[in-house]
Amino acid sequence: MRNQKESKFKIVFVGHVDHGKSTLIGRLLCDTKSITEEKISEVKTICKQQGKQFEYAYLMDHMIEERDQNITIDTAQIFFKTDAREYVIIDAPGHVEFTKNMITGASQAEAAILIVDANEGIQEQTKRHAKFLSLLGLEQVIVVINKMDKVKYKEENYIKVKKELLEFLKKIKITPTFIIPISAFKGDNIAKKSDNMDWYEDKTVLEALETFKETKNLSNKPFRMPIQDLYKFDEIRIIAGQIASGTIKKGDEVTFLPKGNKSSIKTIEKMNQQLESASAGENIGITLIDPIFVDRGDIATQSDNKPKSTDEVVGNLFWMSKEPLSIKENLTLQCATQEIGVFAESITNRINSSSLKIIEDKSNELKEMEIATVKLKADNPVIIEDFNNIPELGRFILIRNGAVVAGGIITLN
Amino acid sequence: MNHLDELENKSVYIIREAYNQFKKIAVLWSIGKDSTTLIQLCRKSFFGHIPFPVIHIDTGAKFEEMYEFRDKYAKEWKLNLIIAMNKEAMARGVKCGEGDGFTCCNELKTNALKQCMAKHDFKALILGIRRDEHGIRAKERVFSPRDQKFNWDYKNQPPELWNQYRSISDDQTHVRIHPLLHWTEVDVWKYIKRENLPINKLYFAKNGLRYRSLGCKPNTKPIKSDADTVDKIIEEIKKSKSSERAGRSQDKEAAYVMQRLRKLGYM
Repeated sequence: MRNQKESKFKIVFVGHVDHGKSTLIGRLLCDTKSITEEKISEVKTICKQQGKQFEYAYLMDHMIEERDQNITIDTAQIFFKTDAREYVIIDAPGHVEFTKNMITGASQAEAAILIVDANEGIQEQTKRHAKFLSLLGLEQVIVVINKMDKVKYKEENYIKVKKELLEFLKKIKITPTFIIPISAFKGDNIAKKSDNMDWYEDKTVLEALETFKETKNLSNKPFRMPIQDLYKFDEIRIIAGQIASGTIKKGDEVTFLPKGNKSSIKTIEKMNQQLESASAGENIGITLIDPIFVDRGDIATQSDNKPKSTDEVVGNLFWMSKEPLSIKENLTLQCATQEIGVFAESITNRINSSSLKIIEDKSNELKEMEIATVKLKADNPVIIEDFNNIPELGRFILIRNGAVVAGGIITLN
Repeated sequence: MNHLDELENKSVYIIREAYNQFKKIAVLWSIGKDSTTLIQLCRKSFFGHIPFPVIHIDTGAKFEEMYEFRDKYAKEWKLNLIIAMNKEAMARGVKCGEGDGFTCCNELKTNALKQCMAKHDFKALILGIRRDEHGIRAKERVFSPRDQKFNWDYKNQPPELWNQYRSISDDQTHVRIHPLLHWTEVDVWKYIKRENLPINKLYFAKNGLRYRSLGCKPNTKPIKSDADTVDKIIEEIKKSKSSERAGRSQDKEAAYVMQRLRKLGYM
């Protein structure tokens, strides 16, 4: 049975439209008995009313428009469980217009399943989604080659698509742990091993899922806490934040960046209790020995190991607005709770996220769904870390007129 | 960090973020288990002092036990309670449980809320909805904008990356904030147990019946159950093959009532 200590494992399903994401998820829900009979019969009734044959895909696409258009509109989170653990699955849609929803889903995930049609092979969205997985730092990826029933379960189709995929994934630095031939529609190699593909001897989808590892523990990293807010209750000033990394103890000295003022921790507060120490992921309140000035957006750090403070942020940026980014344009950068005015000083290595072809080495603009390395100049110092070291301070969004227009990942050398 | 800690921390972060971005904010308390959990999370977020009002939408048709519970804990937790009622519609004779399920929910809940929001000029509303409750709720974002007609444009929602919650555009009147979106029904009960949270007695079995979800009296039916403790409820839900809101008639009456209600600003 599931260990109480473990949390739900978040996976995202990505792939080209019609390659079978919703069908695979519907199948997983049924085969693991994670969906109520009531829900299945509800969907069956609706299918009947609409004169359609029931499909597993409809379980996921539980909305009018979706059923009418046969596409999944938004990122929905659905839960399922196996004997080993519980999963949250995020159904990322394949339709091109909804890529920003796919990014929303993938940004919450710990691992991914990439679905490819055995007949069609790599398509536009296959590439784009895989590229975003790589960009978002998702390292744990399983590939499933779906609709094997449509190619008469022939090994040669599997080998052909597998070869194509491996070549492509290598370019974007993704190493899949398994490449599994399946039929989501018929149930081959999902929960149980298929009798139709004796030539495949490796894991089923469920077995492969169990090999995914939980996200790494950040408690042993240097202490970082972005300040979220300041409260005054019962005449006590409490500095609130969620610890991004590390561990803090009562009495520790902390430095607040970018100002650089220091004090020691007097108390670590929670409702109706005071703690001796707290670690990554916890929301705490702290009080200080000295009455120094602290504000939202400051980063509390341990004094003997401080992060980089800079007015230049270089990130891999994905642009999500119909209005392109232009060079020198003023935007707001949000990294953890930091909010700082920035402009793009240079746009290099601009690529099309579906063909993955370089559009321009050096450019003056970045259009919707394009990716580039962007150098941002900030009005004030920003505290940053490498995304792979401390994710919270290694990722940011850009805001234009109040709307989120881009996401970015920081890699420091 | 265990699963409940992780859920709690994510929720607290969202609640603090909401309060930081919106000073004209309130939390909706239906007196049910989810919103009572939400109230507890709000208390935790602000070290026991919720710095904004708590709204109860009163259709006049709630269970007596719900009113008792509301008044007792509003006092104990020192909540700044606002009771929202659509008195105009009630005077017109709109009554819960009479007519179709759509009209009374829309008038006595959605419109009562609209009036209350307008009166107090709230710009954001914290709600205890969960993704696993209903198909359509699975589509929600944590920060979800509503336009002037309270409409929810679920086909064109802003992207929401990592824990960057932000939702500001020109035509929106208010933002709905959903700190419990990532919780499941079992999570809520496990948390109630861990926190030793008081919870309405209607949820516990009496004479072989209990309520799994609480709404208005005329359209909420109990389920057959012997679960009279939180532990037994958790066991029951784990084994259950029917859905949580099976006893709530507005979800079923017409196939798409819930979707229509929600688009119009229903909770």
